Amino acid sequence: MTSATDVRPATRRRAGKARAPKPIHVQFRTIVSPHQLNSRWGRRIYWLVLVAVIVVFTLAFVFPLYWMITGAMKTPEEIAEMPPSLFPAHPTTDAFAEAWDLFDIGTLLANTVYYALGAWLFSMAVDVTAAYALSKLRPMFGNVILGAMLATLMIPPMVILIPLYVTIVDLGLLNNPWGLWFPAAANGFNIFLLKRFFDSIPRELIEAAQIDGAGPVRVLWSVVLPVSRPILGVVSIFTIVTAFKDFVLPLLVMTDSEKMTISVGLSQTAGAVTQNQVMGGLVIAGIPMIIVFFVFQRHIMAGLTAGSIKG
Amino acid sequence: MGILRRNLTAYGFLCAALACFAVFAWYPMVREFVLSFQKTDLINPPEWVGLDNFTAAVQDPAFGEAWLNTVEFTLLALLCGYAVPFVVALVLNELRHARAYLRFVVYLPVMLPPIVAVLLFRWFYDPGPGLFNQVLGAVGLPPLAWLDSSSTALISLVLVSTWMNMGSATLIYLAALQNIPPELYEAAELDGAGILKRVRHVTIPQTRLILLLMLMLQIVATMQVFIEPYMLTGGGPENATVSVAYLMYQFAFSQMNYGQAGALGMMLMLALLVFAALQLRTTREDQA
Repeated sequence: MTSATDVRPATRRRAGKARAPKPIHVQFRTIVSPHQLNSRWGRRIYWLVLVAVIVVFTLAFVFPLYWMITGAMKTPEEIAEMPPSLFPAHPTTDAFAEAWDLFDIGTLLANTVYYALGAWLFSMAVDVTAAYALSKLRPMFGNVILGAMLATLMIPPMVILIPLYVTIVDLGLLNNPWGLWFPAAANGFNIFLLKRFFDSIPRELIEAAQIDGAGPVRVLWSVVLPVSRPILGVVSIFTIVTAFKDFVLPLLVMTDSEKMTISVGLSQTAGAVTQNQVMGGLVIAGIPMIIVFFVFQRHIMAGLTAGSIKG
Repeated sequence: MGILRRNLTAYGFLCAALACFAVFAWYPMVREFVLSFQKTDLINPPEWVGLDNFTAAVQDPAFGEAWLNTVEFTLLALLCGYAVPFVVALVLNELRHARAYLRFVVYLPVMLPPIVAVLLFRWFYDPGPGLFNQVLGAVGLPPLAWLDSSSTALISLVLVSTWMNMGSATLIYLAALQNIPPELYEAAELDGAGILKRVRHVTIPQTRLILLLMLMLQIVATMQVFIEPYMLTGGGPENATVSVAYLMYQFAFSQMNYGQAGALGMMLMLALLVFAALQLRTTREDQA
């Protein structure tokens, strides 16, 4: 006991001499100055805050997902235990298989992917051509049209949900994927992002193609699209993710149980099955988006700030 | 002739988008207006009823409560969903390590379909084996009723909503903070400003535009809250969590009274347009 306390200061001094405190590297100056940060107390507080933030973030944002996944690996008895077990005693994947059958997740997932990819293809075709026309062909009343398209961004989706639903019913598009694809294409934000990018393409590039005899379709396909890859990527990912996550419109439009999206299907059946089966279903529903996030993280983060910070 | 041809091709390219917007974005706005003066169940032909839908909507027993709840939800969500991400972004911007991890993790819930977050939290809120009461019990605190009590239900919904949405606001603030020129902080420091003063006199004025913009966006977004009450409480207990959007859904799909839903939608649209107009004015002021 006493020997331990005797030894510690000596080792610390030796360690301190062996490696001088490594300064915290500062690339951009922020509120706290590099000098303050690298002072004796500055460094202590910095590491304390860093560890605290990492712990809190992990508990707040990762632990719930851990709890979801391990919940799905517990038996119905274990998941209802009090106090709950931190690790499943006998991890099993039964709940995933049961959830797959009970919720008919294969169908739901296939539906959702089909709707999301369809919404993506259709809205890209519609929005890219529209943004190209508004940016490069500059028709009469182009600005009026753009303004009217952007004005729809001011109207929150929930507010026109009922008349939109009524319109879809009138057109006989209930339980028809076009009931989701048409509204998805009427996206003012996509047109805004695409048009702003097309505006920045130098005129000379397009004129050169025109001199070579390229018509507007050829210019769009062989000149504009290839140089617009970054913005096309951002818009594509956001369109797919939004379509995959969407809940309210599919809830109203895709009401047949064979045509539901995964979100709606889970919401309808969740009350009738055990907790571990619900968690199994949630894990399966969440995985595609988490994979998309892992793969396209950079595009998603770039797209997030593309719309909000102008110039 | 050149002008005519250019216009024809341009409108050729535009026609698909114009059709989509006309039928699925512009027409529904008009339709909402028309709908709010009609009585229709979508089966029988609609009849004109004047202002009946508005009076019926106002007289609905849940009407007042729905607006109060929506305002309360919006204010609470602002407290959690507006102030918290800004403070989090401030702290994250000071950190020199684990930045990629922290940014990834805070945005993770945003990627999940909302139904996943909502059903996950429904389990956490379970008064018995639910995670939250078990944690409270473990640290020696009494259990809460969460969704089952009218005093805690609304804040429980705000908590889910914050958890699943705060990532995008945090990352947007973080990007704005990184645009602040470091010289400003150096100058403030030379003038003897402490850390809090630097936040007040440099950080906040420099991010004012984005702060205002996000405030308005967030108000408009949270005033439409639907999936949380729909999935977690069904508006209960005792109408404590009925939101305007949820009431609208009920008018339309439980009472099959689309006109009344349209009337409530018009009221919500008016309320939100006021905010949108304010937003437009603040952005314009900043550009001038």
